[in-house]
Amino acid sequence: MTIHPSSRQFCHFPESEITPLKIYQSRRQIIQGLAAGVGGLVLTGWGQREAMAQQGSSGALIGKATSVSGGVTMDKPTPYKDAVSYNNFYEFGTDKSDPARKAHTLKTDPWSIEIEGLVKKPGRYHLEDLMKWAAMEERIYRLRCVEGWSMVIPWVGYSLADLIRRVEPQPGAKYVEFVTQADEKTMPGVRSGVLDWPYVEGLRMDEAMHPLSLLAFGMYGEILPKQNGAPVRLVVPWKYGFKSAKSLVKIRFVDKQPMSSWTKAAQQEYGFYSNVNPLVDHPRWSQATERRIGEDGLLAKKRKTLMFNGYEAQVGQLYAGMDLKKFF
Amino acid sequence: MRSRSLLLTRRAWWLVLCLGLLPLLHLVWLTWQDGLGANPAEYLIRTTGDWTLRGLCLGLAITPLRVQCGWPELARFRRMLGLLTYLYACLHLTCYALFDMGLDLQEIAVDVLKRPFIWVGVSAWLLLSVMAATSFNRAVRWLGGARWRALHRVVYGVAVLAILHFWWMRAAKSNFNEVIVYALILASLLGWRVHRGLFQHRAQGLR
Repeated sequence: MTIHPSSRQFCHFPESEITPLKIYQSRRQIIQGLAAGVGGLVLTGWGQREAMAQQGSSGALIGKATSVSGGVTMDKPTPYKDAVSYNNFYEFGTDKSDPARKAHTLKTDPWSIEIEGLVKKPGRYHLEDLMKWAAMEERIYRLRCVEGWSMVIPWVGYSLADLIRRVEPQPGAKYVEFVTQADEKTMPGVRSGVLDWPYVEGLRMDEAMHPLSLLAFGMYGEILPKQNGAPVRLVVPWKYGFKSAKSLVKIRFVDKQPMSSWTKAAQQEYGFYSNVNPLVDHPRWSQATERRIGEDGLLAKKRKTLMFNGYEAQVGQLYAGMDLKKFF
Repeated sequence: MRSRSLLLTRRAWWLVLCLGLLPLLHLVWLTWQDGLGANPAEYLIRTTGDWTLRGLCLGLAITPLRVQCGWPELARFRRMLGLLTYLYACLHLTCYALFDMGLDLQEIAVDVLKRPFIWVGVSAWLLLSVMAATSFNRAVRWLGGARWRALHRVVYGVAVLAILHFWWMRAAKSNFNEVIVYALILASLLGWRVHRGLFQHRAQGLR
């Protein structure tokens, strides 16, 4: 099911776009396999990936190379099996293994996003149409969770700005609010009172318009697995992971700063901005360092967390003059 | 009764010890097999913490069970359960210090002082250490029964600190379900003691 040669027949891919297939594999496994001269080991790796993908995703989705600055990090992508088995998606439970086990009930077809608020072209837009609004690009982003771990994910999607321009916000629109799916029948976690459902996130208009803000439809060259926020999610790489809302159903253009779900749950701990910032600690843990999933071994020293998750050159000017300790 | 005399056998003692070490063996096996999931450090830290809490619950359940069921034989497992709990607490602390802090003593000191929930956890471990250090027969004799018992009542404080530590950790993601389960178990075990203490006191007063 994963990546059928036939599903890639519609165009020719330059070399650069075929490489991802290789790098998503645990490179070490391949190298070890070749070094040992055991081809079988490599094949085992491929087989495992195939099995995982069948659990998670349902088809190929390839993006072209991006020209956005910072759009492709040189960091090594996280092994696919970790990216689809270690998730925070509270609509399916609070344990990190819950989404992979329970998200299969999520119904992603048909799917539409409602655009509303201060916008010239409001309405309900179907996923198939949304997917054609701009060319799919591959963006390899660092993802830093507020809990102190990080991954590197090759996403497939297009800049949120492309959608925003298309629906033409009115001059009064200062913020964008994202509302996500909250269906008790298909999302068991929604029955719990952990958060006030539906999950809501928000961005300032200039943040939302930044080319790095991504509307993602896929990852690792395929349609988003359900546990990763299918069929369409937000990815804001310089903010803590929870800002990147999953399974979007509404995008609202508003004049006041939206109340994000985590801010509502604990105002002292999760601010509206939630930019990755090693200098501003969470009340219960330091944000100075992080553990890279799948890469940093048990005894490896944790790596230093970078300002704006390493995207300072691209997004630093958005926050010029702001006291980031106050606006955390 | 036969079942009760079985509890007194050497085999029963070894069986309980082996059962108590199973979670540790499982963790060693998973580590060896690369089966700890995407975040092995987190898995080890959390699982050893979970088993410390479970050990506390089991250890504190001995006396109520012994009295309520009239099974004095259970008492011989109490010290072993206490020491197993201490073993998991030590592993929990070691995993944190080693995997989370890279065994950087200065960083650990700063972290302990900076984060109240770590401070609470370390306090609980220190109290458990005092208990473990005075757990052998000679210590009981040296302290005298009454003083020894008084000293070992700090385990009630340990239970409260352990719940606080767990609650505080989970508060970050307002995920309290498991915290509530452990809190209810420990509260009922401590509540039983309070109830008995009051009742016995009154009974003695009447005499």
